[in-house]
Amino acid sequence: MNTLLLYLGPVILLLIVLGFVTYAILAERKVIGWIQGRIGPNQVGPWGLLQTVADIVKLLIKEDTIPKNADKTLFKLSPIIAFVPAFVVLAVMPFSSQIQFTDIGVGLLYYMAISSITTIGILIGGWASNNKYALLGGMRSAAQMISYEIPLVMSVVGIVLTVGSLNLNDIVEAQQKTWFIFPQIIGFVVFIISSVSELNRTPFDLPEAESELVAGYHVEYSGFRFAFFMLAEYVYIFAMSSLTTVLFLGGWNAPFGFTFLPGIVWFIIKFSVVVFFLYWVRATMPRIRVDQLMQFAWKVLLPVALANIILTTLLKEVPFLTHYY
Amino acid sequence: MPISKSFLIIGIFFLVAVLLPIAALTLGRFLRASKPSEEKATTYESGVNPIGGSWVQFHVRYYLYALLFVIFDVEAIYLFPWAASYDVLRSEIGLGILLEMGLFLGFLILGLIYAWKKKVLEWK
Repeated sequence: MNTLLLYLGPVILLLIVLGFVTYAILAERKVIGWIQGRIGPNQVGPWGLLQTVADIVKLLIKEDTIPKNADKTLFKLSPIIAFVPAFVVLAVMPFSSQIQFTDIGVGLLYYMAISSITTIGILIGGWASNNKYALLGGMRSAAQMISYEIPLVMSVVGIVLTVGSLNLNDIVEAQQKTWFIFPQIIGFVVFIISSVSELNRTPFDLPEAESELVAGYHVEYSGFRFAFFMLAEYVYIFAMSSLTTVLFLGGWNAPFGFTFLPGIVWFIIKFSVVVFFLYWVRATMPRIRVDQLMQFAWKVLLPVALANIILTTLLKEVPFLTHYY
Repeated sequence: MPISKSFLIIGIFFLVAVLLPIAALTLGRFLRASKPSEEKATTYESGVNPIGGSWVQFHVRYYLYALLFVIFDVEAIYLFPWAASYDVLRSEIGLGILLEMGLFLGFLILGLIYAWKKKVLEWK
């Protein structure tokens, strides 16, 4: 039984994630529609519920074209390289005190290390297409993702300092009284800005800026190869929202001792709030300029994240704050 | 959980993640249309015939960012174990542990200021 669960667990999670992605896309279009005073998709199925399913079927039966100048092997490989890490990082995510696939000691480092592999997939995709827009998009994307990865990694060091462990379970258990969003508010702000950028979402969606780069790194991709780039992006929304919940919002811990709901329900509530926040940001913010984008990461976020590390170590020395740091 | 089992599970995750695109693309092969033509296989360039290839030399600023990234990513690798064992080291060595990392961070911050003054961080 246990062995069966070991092999079936990841498959079940994959189905859940695919279900999430299907309806996250619809929810995003609905929410952004409402915020902008539109209705959003409402034609396919009741209340537009089958819109994404129709889109997926359309992508599945689209012709698969590969430009003759492209590097064919890398062109085919790159959507897979981009997608695989998005799902593999979920292996260490503690969804509740019971539901976690594997509990490794370096969980946080594992997430950060694996998730940065996607950059390589995007860069390969942009280069292998042998298309000027795709190459520009891929290069910009790589530059942006590596620039924002630094503040993202630095912003969580404050938490590691407080907990004294990289294990995601330990991090959640340390938040039974106080969520880290309060003592680590500076880290949280840096983390959330960097994560929006890592997800390539508005206001940091320059790699895919439709109006300047056509579509960026995936301009030559069609059908399901294109779908896997999009899928990777939405699986990362799942993963990043889960990580935000785990690191800053107390994971499965119930707030104010409201333990009548099981931990997984609290996790889903907090997770949904983070996902909604991402949609909200996308609907509200305009895209920023490329020079502002790079300078913001190195001149603002990185110094702030470093200052947060030093501040946390200093606050650990204050006697009456030892409860929080 | 023993460490070998932990990594076995990660291996299964990896396998599942690789199999999904392969399965989906293989299934698609039986469903999708296929009418290749010379025009379809040309590189897209806003509707005109593409001029030259795209595998060209690239602006140096990308490499400067890559170098900066390597420096600070390595720094992060040192920061994580330091942060994870901070409480233990603090009680054993005392405040020296803070000073040592302050020195390390200080050098890197100096490097960042240098790059800043050299206008490496500007995007022109």
